[in-house]
Amino acid sequence: MYDALLFLHVLAAFALIAAMVMYTGFTLGATPSQGSFTLATRLEDVGGLGTLIFGIWLALDVDGYGLLDFWIIAALVLWAAAGGAGGQYRGAVFPAFEPGGNVAAALQKAAVLNWVRVALAILLLADMIWKPWA
Amino acid sequence: MSSLAAIRPDSWDLPLFLHVLGAFVMVGAAVLAAAFLVPAWRNASVDALRVGYRSLLYGALPGFVVMRVAAQWLYDEEGIGDIPDEPAWTAIGFGTSDLGALLLVIATVITAMGVRRSNAGGARIAAALIGALLVLYVVAIWAMTTKPV
Repeated sequence: MYDALLFLHVLAAFALIAAMVMYTGFTLGATPSQGSFTLATRLEDVGGLGTLIFGIWLALDVDGYGLLDFWIIAALVLWAAAGGAGGQYRGAVFPAFEPGGNVAAALQKAAVLNWVRVALAILLLADMIWKPWA
Repeated sequence: MSSLAAIRPDSWDLPLFLHVLGAFVMVGAAVLAAAFLVPAWRNASVDALRVGYRSLLYGALPGFVVMRVAAQWLYDEEGIGDIPDEPAWTAIGFGTSDLGALLLVIATVITAMGVRRSNAGGARIAAALIGALLVLYVVAIWAMTTKPV
């Protein structure tokens, strides 16, 4: 059970980070079509939900881990903060795909939100690896 | 097994962090490249091909280097090379890494040539190579997380 949960948790994390790398590519000048932007949002949705569900399941499954451990609470807070920044980013960019919208300008305007999310994701990965106060 | 999973020497943390971070960037950049190479192939778009090429050159290849160097560092830290019968999961990891590097380099060269000649004709092959690469990466993630002996 542990192996399967860890595989699904990590696979979901790869989907989530793939979305972030795509958004970062868009921020750095790769102007997306609506299709490629939608692909990134789907990866983010599936990855975000998968990391949360399988992550909590893992925390309950592994002896020695608990949902009230500092590093798990920190991970949940970082996950929620990154998700919040992601939601704002998508909300700022998606309307630009409507006729007359300027996608490149919307991406530049939302760039700070992307970099905030990237920083939170790196912190989240560090938290997963070092597990402070575990 | 579940309780053992919580135990890991501190000296493994930094190489593991870099290994996973490099793999994240590599896979993410490959997905980004695929998202532009498929339209480049369908629409014969050199602009889309150029984005695919840059994703591979500036994202996937550096990510691969970080992932691979950190993997070797971890391999040495864990002393796996000293084990008489090398576990299957490291063999799968090295195999997918080597084959993946080959596919990545070929796809990068094909897209670079297309960009230089302003011809998106190679986008189809590059997209197929990146598709195969992503399948390999899923196998590698499975091997790294389930660690078959």
